Amino acid sequence: MLKKSLLIGLAAGFAMVTGALAADPIKIVYIGKNTGNPYFDSITGGFEDACEKLGCEFEFVAPATAEATSQIPFIEAQIQRGVNVIGIAPNSPDALNQVLDAAKAKGILVLTVNGDLVGNESHRDATILPVDFTKTGPNQIELTGSLIGYEGEIAILSATTEAPDQNTWIAAMNETLKNDPKYAKMTLVATVYGDDQPEKSTTEMEALLANYPNLKAVIAPTTVGIAAAAQVVQSRGIADKVAVTGLGLPSEMRDFIKDGTVKAFQLWSPYNEGWLAVHFALGLLDGSIKNEVGNTFEVENLGTIKIEEKNAMNTQAELTTFDINNIDDFNF
Amino acid sequence: MNFLRTLLVRREAGIAVMIVLFCLAVGAVKPQFLSLDQLRIILLLTPLIMIAAMGQMMVIVARHVDLSIGSTLGFSAMVSGMLYRFDVDWFGFDVPWWTGIPVSVVVGALLGFGNGVLIQLFRLPAIIVTLGTLSLYRGLTFIISNAKQIDRQWIPSEIKGLSQTSPFTFPEFLPIVGKFNIPWIVILAFGIAILAYLFLMHTRMGRQIYAIGSNPVAAPLRGINVTQVNLAVFTISGALAGLAGIMYASRWGFVNPSNTGNGFEFQVIAAVVIGGVSINGGVGTVLGTVLGVLLLGCVAAALPLLGIPGTSQAAIYGAVILLALLIDRTVRRQGIVSLKRVRP
Repeated sequence: MLKKSLLIGLAAGFAMVTGALAADPIKIVYIGKNTGNPYFDSITGGFEDACEKLGCEFEFVAPATAEATSQIPFIEAQIQRGVNVIGIAPNSPDALNQVLDAAKAKGILVLTVNGDLVGNESHRDATILPVDFTKTGPNQIELTGSLIGYEGEIAILSATTEAPDQNTWIAAMNETLKNDPKYAKMTLVATVYGDDQPEKSTTEMEALLANYPNLKAVIAPTTVGIAAAAQVVQSRGIADKVAVTGLGLPSEMRDFIKDGTVKAFQLWSPYNEGWLAVHFALGLLDGSIKNEVGNTFEVENLGTIKIEEKNAMNTQAELTTFDINNIDDFNF
Repeated sequence: MNFLRTLLVRREAGIAVMIVLFCLAVGAVKPQFLSLDQLRIILLLTPLIMIAAMGQMMVIVARHVDLSIGSTLGFSAMVSGMLYRFDVDWFGFDVPWWTGIPVSVVVGALLGFGNGVLIQLFRLPAIIVTLGTLSLYRGLTFIISNAKQIDRQWIPSEIKGLSQTSPFTFPEFLPIVGKFNIPWIVILAFGIAILAYLFLMHTRMGRQIYAIGSNPVAAPLRGINVTQVNLAVFTISGALAGLAGIMYASRWGFVNPSNTGNGFEFQVIAAVVIGGVSINGGVGTVLGTVLGVLLLGCVAAALPLLGIPGTSQAAIYGAVILLALLIDRTVRRQGIVSLKRVRP
């Protein structure tokens, strides 16, 4: 802990010295899971706006594919470039340990944003997550229940079988269904995987409808899956029989909400993750925030942020529910 | 009986029998697989592959291969998607909904022509050149789009409608076929297959493609302009991949720089090869390719219906492709009749 504080102090001091000498702005980079992923456009927007307001230099980079090792050369390049802060959405919980340690050894502040190094938290300084992910499962079950009157067969259409966040949420959904008497009349009949491909998600969705004629709702906690499921329901005109919900991007789901195919779905604000990351990083570097568990600090638009166990921060307490009434308020 | 016999000795018979047996086997476990509803699902899984497979088939018959079609699809779809997204910014007016169709075809044709030129100009093997352009065209897609997806709201509803609406629907009161319809996109794919058949069988250039594939050395001696035919073949393959690109936007309602068309070449080449097109060139039919595409569609629809877990689906899909190739090889020489012949 002492070593960590020293390092951060050193980094802050270094940043201040260089700042004083050359008036160089703080350089922040965010390394996404992969390029072309609309979800990261939104996070990047938060980084950009915050940097514009507070005065730092921001860059977004990402590999072409979301593979475990594909981010390593990007991290190495940023160390070479001499950035002050690396934000990263890690593609693997353990493959990046060495290269992140190298970054930290150079005094670079390392933040995981939108996903953490579960089990390897010591290889980053702090993590910024949209919500407490233990809430995702129960929130989704509650929304689904409210759409079908807390009664009937439901199914889950997930992404890939090995995706850690998906599996955590699915486990929590099962748990909630089993333990909360409120959901006693809801039966989970199947959990299928569409691999985040539209083709595969569509065939899995069609198979769910064929195999379970009494299906009342499908939960797709993944942006590709929920759009594919909604499209199947839309083209079959069965929105009144089968409710589609899950986690989706407002920009991708707007049409389905407006034509009534989807009544409601959830997500958080990816934008706020970038916004918080910049405020936190600059606060650490100028010494106004201490990266210690239990500390709190104020962030414009977000209120009081508390540093939780394992140096984790959340931008919001519960998931945001999107429906016909608020869908137009969100531009990501 | 003679007609039946001619039909059976055709090499396509093997794959047709495989499709029937496969569907019956799946239907025995899951009766709903043998429904018109499932037929519609299967048909909707195949149009993109079928359109691109017609071009790929010509390329393979000419003893080449085109690995770049997935990226060509992605790039062509992205150009049209951006046209829909930014038309007002660029030109000050909304382009008509159908603009993306010719634009994607022309863009695809240009990329395909680029492949052909590189192959002819530098005398490089097609597999090397198109492996390069597979990456190059994908990279260009990222560059022009600034790695941003074109969302559903920008794709015209008429384009999306091609995958959902049909020129004709059976009246609702009819038993079984009531409400059944075949969407435009499926009709388009079969239309392309018919055009490919007419081109390959009834035009001089179509026959020349087979001649080049059968014997590339002898072809110029017989007065065939090999350069011209090769350029045409790659241009057609690119144009059809481009058409598949705008149909991707129709079917899925978005264009993503990294996902759209990613891995598409493998599905298409698998379908073409299962359809009995020889990778040694000179051999292959449109009918066989269509059947190869349909078999892949049946398998893709059946696996989730059978409740096979996601973890095993890829392996089973691959095993089915290999099995189909093995059976095809067995019946290759004399058609399905050889299977019945009892050896002394």
